[in-house]
Amino acid sequence: MTTANETAVAKYRNNFLKEVEATVEEGHWVKMCMQCGVCAGSCPFGPHWEHSPQKIFMMIRAGKRDEVLKSDSMWMCTSCYNCMVRCPRELPITHIMHGLANYAYRLGLSPKGQPNQAIAKLFWDSALKYGRVNELKFSLAMYFRDGFVQGVKNALAMQSVGLGLMKAGRLNPMEIISGHTCKDTSGIHKMIAKAREIEDRRRGLA
Amino acid sequence: MTASIATNQTILVVGGGIAGMTAALEAAECGKQVILVEKSPTLGGRTSMLYRYFPKMCFPTCGLEINLRRLRGNPNVRVMSMTEVAAVTGSRGDYNVTLKVQPRFINENCTACGDCGKAVSAEVPNVANYGLDKIKAAYLPHGMAYPQRYVIDPSIVGTPDGEAAKAACKFDAVDLGMQEETIEIKAGSVVWATGWRPYDANKIQPYGYDRYANVITSLEFERLCDPQGPTGGKVLRPSDGKEAKNIAFIQCAGSRDENHLRHCSRICCMATLKQTQYVREAAGEDAKSTVYYIDIRVIDRLEDFYQNVQKDPNVSFVKSKVARIALNEENNSPILHGVDTEGYHRYATEHDLVVLAVGMEPEVVGVQLPEDIVLDSSNFIEGSKSGGMFGAGSAASPLDVNRAVQSATAAAMRSVQVIHKTASTEAA
Repeated sequence: MTTANETAVAKYRNNFLKEVEATVEEGHWVKMCMQCGVCAGSCPFGPHWEHSPQKIFMMIRAGKRDEVLKSDSMWMCTSCYNCMVRCPRELPITHIMHGLANYAYRLGLSPKGQPNQAIAKLFWDSALKYGRVNELKFSLAMYFRDGFVQGVKNALAMQSVGLGLMKAGRLNPMEIISGHTCKDTSGIHKMIAKAREIEDRRRGLA
Repeated sequence: MTASIATNQTILVVGGGIAGMTAALEAAECGKQVILVEKSPTLGGRTSMLYRYFPKMCFPTCGLEINLRRLRGNPNVRVMSMTEVAAVTGSRGDYNVTLKVQPRFINENCTACGDCGKAVSAEVPNVANYGLDKIKAAYLPHGMAYPQRYVIDPSIVGTPDGEAAKAACKFDAVDLGMQEETIEIKAGSVVWATGWRPYDANKIQPYGYDRYANVITSLEFERLCDPQGPTGGKVLRPSDGKEAKNIAFIQCAGSRDENHLRHCSRICCMATLKQTQYVREAAGEDAKSTVYYIDIRVIDRLEDFYQNVQKDPNVSFVKSKVARIALNEENNSPILHGVDTEGYHRYATEHDLVVLAVGMEPEVVGVQLPEDIVLDSSNFIEGSKSGGMFGAGSAASPLDVNRAVQSATAAAMRSVQVIHKTASTEAA
C-alpha cells in the first residue's frame, strides 16, 4: 500500500490538485469551486465533521495532501445530495466526497477504524463476493465488528427488527449457510477483476 | 392614429424605459423618424421605480426629467403607450410590424386633475411600488408619468365605479367604450429595449421568500426607502410594521447559479452597497447592515464607492453564500445559516429584515421577439441575423442605468446606419 502512496507522491510532487484531477472520481470538478459555502451550510452533518466540502476543495488547491487524505470528513458523507442540488456551479460534490474517500483508502491513508469506512468495506466485500449483498452475513459482520461480546449485545438489541424482517420475508436465516448469491458468481468476479484492472491502470494504481 | 407616417425610413424602438427613451431620442436628434412603443401606461420603466442612483446617490427624477424635456421638444418621436409589438415580419430595411394598443379609457382631454381617482372606490395593486400597496383603479401611474394622463383599470369598466369616474370628469376625458386596437406600421430598423425583470425570488426555495414576511427583494426595499413609497420612506418590517434596524443583504440571490440565472447580474453588488447607505440615512448610527456575498463585484470607478462603504463601521461583510434561512417563530425574524469562507466558521445569525439582491433577467412578459433575433445563453439579445434589429439596455445585457444609456446610444447609432443604407440603396 505504501508503494502506491509513494508512487503518487513522486509523480504529482507538490501538485495535489493535479493528482486529484487524475485519480479521484469527478476530481476534475474541484477547480470549478468558487468558495461560496452553500455546500458547507447545507450539509446536515455540517457541525459534526472537521472539514466542509468547500474547505476540502480549498485544501486540495492549497496542496494539503496529508490533511485531506487522512481526514475522516469525506467518510461522514451520508449521500443526501443536498450540497449537490444547491451547488451554484453544479459540482457533483457527493461523488467527489466518495471519490476522495475511495482514493485515500486505496493509498492506505484513510483513518483506521472509521465506522462508515468499516460498513462500506463490509458492504462491498459482500457484494463483490456473492454478486449481491448477503444481508444476514453483512449485518452479523457489522454486529461482531467490535468483538464477540459486543456482537451478541448488538444482535440482541436488534432482535425485534430481525424477527420482523423474517416475518415479512425480507430476511432468510438459511442465508447463513447457502448464501444469497447471483447465478454466475465466477462471471461477476471476472468482470469486476477486469473493471478494476482497467480503472487502476487509468488512475496509476496498478 | 394613422399608420401612414411610418415608412421604411422609420426606426421603431420597443420599450420606453431609460434605454428605450435614450435610443429613441438619440436617433430622433440625428433627424430620423422614430416610433417609441411602451407596453405600460407611462415611460420611465424600472428606472422610475428606483429611489436613488449609484454612485452619486442622485434621484432618478433628474435623469428622467431631462429625457422627457428632450422628448417634448422633438417632433421626430412619436410615443405610443400601452402598446405591445404583436409581430414583426420582413427584413432589414423593410419590416412590417403589428402593434396592439390596449385601451386606456382616458383620452387626450385629460389634465391629470385627479377627480376621477377621487370618485372611484375600487383599488388595484400599485405596480409602481411592486404591488406593496394599493392604488385607486383610476390612477396616474406615478408622479413623473409620461404621458401625464390618468389610466382606468379595465376591472372597473362596466361597473358603477367606471361610471362614477366618467361622471366626475369635467373635461369629457373618460371614454369607457375604448377597445383594443391593432395597427400595422412599417419600419426600417427595430431597437429592442424591452428591459429586465427581477428574478422570481420564490424559486430560491431555501431563502423562503414565499414563506417569510421579513424576507423581501432589493426592489421592494428600494420602494420602502423612497419617501414616495408605501411606507413614506421608513424601513418597516412587513410582518409587524416595526422599524428594521439590523438588516441583512444576500448577494447573488439567483445570479451566478446554474440552478437559477447562470450570469452575474452585475448591478446587485453596487445596488446593495447603495442600499446600506439608505439604512444609515433612515436609522442613523443605530442601523446595522450585513452583506453576505461570494465576491463583491464593483467595476472600475465604482470601487471608490465600495471602499467608502467598507469604512462605514455600521456595515459589515460576511464572505459566504447563505445556505438557508430559518425563522425565529417568536418575533418573525429570519435566521441566516451558513459557513463563512474566511475561516470556515458556522453561523446562525438573526436579522430584523433580509433583503435578497435578486438578479436581472430579460423581461419576457408582453415581449414577442421575432425569429431573426439572436439570444445568448441567458436570453439576452445579442442582435439579429440580418443585422436590422438591435438590443439596447438591459434587454441586451445586465446593465446599470449609466451603461444602459451607453448601450442604447450605440444601438441608436447602428439603427441610424441601417436607415442611411436603406435610403441610399433606394435613391440609387
